[in-house]
Amino acid sequence: MSTMRHTDPVLPVLEARGLRLHLADRAGARWFRKAPRLEILRGIDLSVAQGETIGVVGESGSGKTTLGRTLLRLYEPTDGSLRFEGQDITHAREERLRPMRARMQCIFQDPLSSLNPRHRIEDIVAQPLLSFGLVRDRSEARGRARQLLERVQLSQSFALRYPHELSGGQRQRVGIARAIAASPKLVIADEIVSGLDVSTQAQILMLLREIRAETALVFISHDLSVVRALCDRVLVMHRGVVVEQGATDAVFARPEHDYTRDLLASIPLPERDPNWIGSA
Amino acid sequence: MTPPVLLDIDGLRVSVGGRPVLRDVSLQVRSGEIAGLVGESGAGKTMAGRAVLGLLPDAARVLSGEIRFDGTDLLSLKARAREALLGRDIALIPQNPMTALNPVARIGTQIVDGLRMHLGLDRNGARARAVELLQAVHLPDPESLLRRFPHELSGGMRQRVLIASAFSCRPRLVIADEPTTALDVTVQKQCLRLIRELQRQHATAVLFVTHDLGVVAKLCDSVAVMHGGRILEFRSGDDIFRAPRHPYTRALLAATPRFDRPGDTLVPVSAEVLARLQEEVDVYDAAH
Repeated sequence: MSTMRHTDPVLPVLEARGLRLHLADRAGARWFRKAPRLEILRGIDLSVAQGETIGVVGESGSGKTTLGRTLLRLYEPTDGSLRFEGQDITHAREERLRPMRARMQCIFQDPLSSLNPRHRIEDIVAQPLLSFGLVRDRSEARGRARQLLERVQLSQSFALRYPHELSGGQRQRVGIARAIAASPKLVIADEIVSGLDVSTQAQILMLLREIRAETALVFISHDLSVVRALCDRVLVMHRGVVVEQGATDAVFARPEHDYTRDLLASIPLPERDPNWIGSA
Repeated sequence: MTPPVLLDIDGLRVSVGGRPVLRDVSLQVRSGEIAGLVGESGAGKTMAGRAVLGLLPDAARVLSGEIRFDGTDLLSLKARAREALLGRDIALIPQNPMTALNPVARIGTQIVDGLRMHLGLDRNGARARAVELLQAVHLPDPESLLRRFPHELSGGMRQRVLIASAFSCRPRLVIADEPTTALDVTVQKQCLRLIRELQRQHATAVLFVTHDLGVVAKLCDSVAVMHGGRILEFRSGDDIFRAPRHPYTRALLAATPRFDRPGDTLVPVSAEVLARLQEEVDVYDAAH
């Protein structure tokens, strides 16, 4: 197996072509019959290069979370192709994916349920380094973990605490530190600022701006304003299809698809406009 | 002519387990007006709404202040008299449309029961009224909807049902606690429009609790900005958004991402602003 890595920024870290995914619809299942299959992703094209941040937006049920999971090969696509660092991983087996997993990381929406409540913060952040054999021993891993905590602006005093002792914003910083621990080439962040207050959200966005140069970042969010604040490009999803994709500034200034226009018109900006709400 | 003040919260101080959560909260809502109560988590905004409803947690103590509803102090009313107002004169639109409805009761039962209890309608009368209410919130095929269970409805439909039942007894005051936070933006806009429409029709006073400055800007006639259990400024929506006076209000606005502005215009709330607020809270607590 090749261990070649692409460091050339113009070569995409991740490239999806015509990505399709069908999943069994368990709600529609009947006894002794095969569950009907739902098409969740219906031909997605996406590519993201190092240092590039791409926003995936859409409403609930649009397939954006499923897309994130498929990009990480947590689901096996039914059709299309998926390449990571130039290698075709569309149908790669887990043992082939395993060494690549260090270089593709994820940050989750709810840090409380994605951080082990019985582990100390330093061990949570150190875990990827140990799992992927990137350090000699646990003490080196912990040392690195403390450096990572510093990077996400958490003081040393947090290292020995447990997740429940932290605020939502602090926990999300831990999630970010863990994701960048193994110096990944790809980070998928799924709704990671949704549960946060505005002031905390702004701090996390600032932090993401600092780390985004080092990796390819796929930022999944229902919040188009947050995406504008962070992403170079945006991809608008609706019912498993990309309806519009382009540079964030251009798409938001001149949306071409009706659905994008609808979404933007539905966002209440914090300024007075008696006509915005309209009448039914 | 300005309509009369219907809800008058005056110098309300509440502590939970000895810890102050509301510090001298004063706020008025006029009939036919939507007042926004906006703040970040822990600001005390939900607590203020619950105090009006008489639904404070067991460990909470009202230390001083009054909550006057149409001139009557709710806090000095007997429990029975206070409960009689709930659902009929004062209604709630809860935050989570997934948990606020009884999962094992049909939609019809849940609306009809309220109507029979509060308005004394008979079964058929209540059923007919329920159909009207569901029509008023623009839900299709209300007759068959009454026979459905909550899990058969989408989040947006459930929230419409809750809006319909909050307005079902023509309440004079509605407390809306983050009613659209769990919804997609397009559905949120429909629900906000609906609340505005019903509230205008019946000249209902609404206390709208939210963390979303955007929602407040579009919906509310007056706005109270809360932090640390205190109201930092309470003015008309036009004034607050044209010329925010309090440094915290200005900081919140600057920290709110906007799709119409480039990302580098975003400024997190500064440590100075937060330190100043904490200092003021400490001074207040020392004096009480």
